[in-house]
Amino acid sequence: MTIEELDQIALSVRQENAKYDYEVNVCMDLACASQGAGLLRDELVKAAEASGKKVLVRRTGCMGPCSSGPLVRVDPEEQHYHHVTANYAEAIVAGLGGKPVPELQCDLNDHFDGQVRVVLENAGHIDPEKIDDYISRDGYKALLTVLTEMTPNGVIHRITESGLRGRGGGGYPTGLKWSTVAKATGDVKYVVCNGDEGDPGAFMDRSVMEGDPHRVIEGMAIAAYAIGATKGYIYVRAEYPVAVARLTTALREARRRGLLGSNLCGTPFSFDVEIRLGAGAFVCGEETALIASIEGRRGTPKPRPPYPAVSGLWGKPTLLNNVETYANIAPIVRNGGKWFANMGSERSKGTKVFALTGKITNTGLVEVPMGIKLREIIETIGGGVPGGHKFKAVQTGGPSGGCIPADMLDLGVSYDALMKVGSIMGSGGMIVMDDTSCMVNVARFFIEFCMTESCGKCIPCRAGTAQMFTLLTRICNGVGTMDDLALLEDLCVTVKETSLCGLGQTAPNPVLSTLKYFRDEYLEHINHKRCPAGVCNIQAPVEVLA
Amino acid sequence: MPVPFTPPPLPSDDKRWKIVNGTMRKNGFARYALIETLHTVQSSFGYLDDDSIRFVANSLRVPLSQAYGVVTFYHYFSLKPPGKHTLTICSGTACYIKGSDKLVDAAAKRLGIVAGQTTGDGKISLMTARCVGACSRAPVALADGEVAGEMSGEQMLEQLERWAVE
Repeated sequence: MTIEELDQIALSVRQENAKYDYEVNVCMDLACASQGAGLLRDELVKAAEASGKKVLVRRTGCMGPCSSGPLVRVDPEEQHYHHVTANYAEAIVAGLGGKPVPELQCDLNDHFDGQVRVVLENAGHIDPEKIDDYISRDGYKALLTVLTEMTPNGVIHRITESGLRGRGGGGYPTGLKWSTVAKATGDVKYVVCNGDEGDPGAFMDRSVMEGDPHRVIEGMAIAAYAIGATKGYIYVRAEYPVAVARLTTALREARRRGLLGSNLCGTPFSFDVEIRLGAGAFVCGEETALIASIEGRRGTPKPRPPYPAVSGLWGKPTLLNNVETYANIAPIVRNGGKWFANMGSERSKGTKVFALTGKITNTGLVEVPMGIKLREIIETIGGGVPGGHKFKAVQTGGPSGGCIPADMLDLGVSYDALMKVGSIMGSGGMIVMDDTSCMVNVARFFIEFCMTESCGKCIPCRAGTAQMFTLLTRICNGVGTMDDLALLEDLCVTVKETSLCGLGQTAPNPVLSTLKYFRDEYLEHINHKRCPAGVCNIQAPVEVLA
Repeated sequence: MPVPFTPPPLPSDDKRWKIVNGTMRKNGFARYALIETLHTVQSSFGYLDDDSIRFVANSLRVPLSQAYGVVTFYHYFSLKPPGKHTLTICSGTACYIKGSDKLVDAAAKRLGIVAGQTTGDGKISLMTARCVGACSRAPVALADGEVAGEMSGEQMLEQLERWAVE
């Protein structure tokens, strides 16, 4: 495969698409598919054939606003239709080139206007199972450019210049990580993609793997060239069967096109990728645990150093990045590091994909420039809290993050700003809570999660989270005391400071942040045996007869 | 001279063992294929029993203790056969905020079992999931693997009734 051949494929796809007057794109991501998008697409195909119009019906990955699903976008008009069911198929086709279907029309301008799409640039525009669709939107151009025109150091320089930081949550500078692995000694090196999206309440990586799998593969191949690896692994949760199937198809197609395999593009560079399945362990998102799991062992973390960059998979230097990090690589290579660095805030560059869920009108995926205010994400893009309820907090970072209260909504989203207020960026889960959510109960939920997911290797995490769970349960049940609260706070510090890996070190964050911003709710539970949100099931105290 | 390793014979002439063996062969019977192979066993047989774990461990030359350790470490692996139908309720954060815990309680009460168990007649298993990634449609339940969003208590109980009278 050469760049000319790639351009030829892109051209033929565009010529093929130009034969059609209209494109009807049907979102087939999990949320829409679970509401009958599959049947809808079949009916649209039938209706299109029957109508005699030249219509291309395309299935696509997640378009974003899942709460409006099943979603359809008609091009070239860029008309969105929401809550589309199969019986509207004929009406939609009939409306092409004429009047749109009024009852399906929706205004998503507020939702889309504030967004900047880099990672999700193809979402809703390509069929994820067709490599040629990806190629027609500049896919694999970055890889071939890198192989033929750039040195490995040049690639690393460009990534460093972009200011990209790890999208898995830690925010480690990607360029620095790559150059560390590139400098590590060893003839065998590995590239690993962390697709073990364990944060409950986040599904960005699933959408990227399912909706645009080639983007991840291209990013990994560029990384492999930069650090000198020939073998890569994508570690995907077994709970994402569609992602596994799409990636399997994508890998097969890429090999067929000569974009993976030996001597790519006539250069000495060879690279191939294998998929490894996770098996339901949150701790496997931690890099050393993930490596243990790929090796077929229990996913227990190891003390660092040595870091995987020096001694990772099978003791070899290993580059480990998250799905979204790899998904950013190709656009950075294509458009330059400066282009990327121009977006975002001072120390957090580019964009970030968030999974907006919970008590919010527009649930779904959004991609926003770093530095955007939380208020804009929640009120404008997200459409605010529905049902006349009052916004209480937004939780970011999953079980490792914290709850941010209403008076901090003007905070700009960046790694450092979120860290400063006691939360973290995390992988991108953003769960909105309203006045019907009890913050003590939420803290208990996360601690229960960490308790169950603790691998048991180190005591602070194994025993500490269990004790914290007991204390929080007592408070939720209305039998907690001020001594319990003091002990809880004490334990938070111990677990945070003495746990072996990130799971334990960050497990107290949901408790610490709710204690900081919603202490009155804890006190209400303890002193007045009352749950202000009415969530906790507190039994009326038994009156003691004198 | 080292004796070349011969993998043990298949436990029975059940065709599914050939699929399991295929996964191991594809990986050259390497030890790192343990998790991959266990996935194949579970997807073929529905669960992992002592015989299958022993067969896989012996074939890959992994100590039984290590194989059992891996099986029990990962939540995805099940040591018990699933019921005829499985209701899985997602208990990820978004689902929890929207009341999935109440769904679990209601289903457990209706079936007379707790999450993770199967009814005595082997008809229905009740499971919870850590997050299936359909957070935008919380609360989510999976009826025999089919994702259903914005699940209400009534809808869920209706589904259970349908299964119960089959």
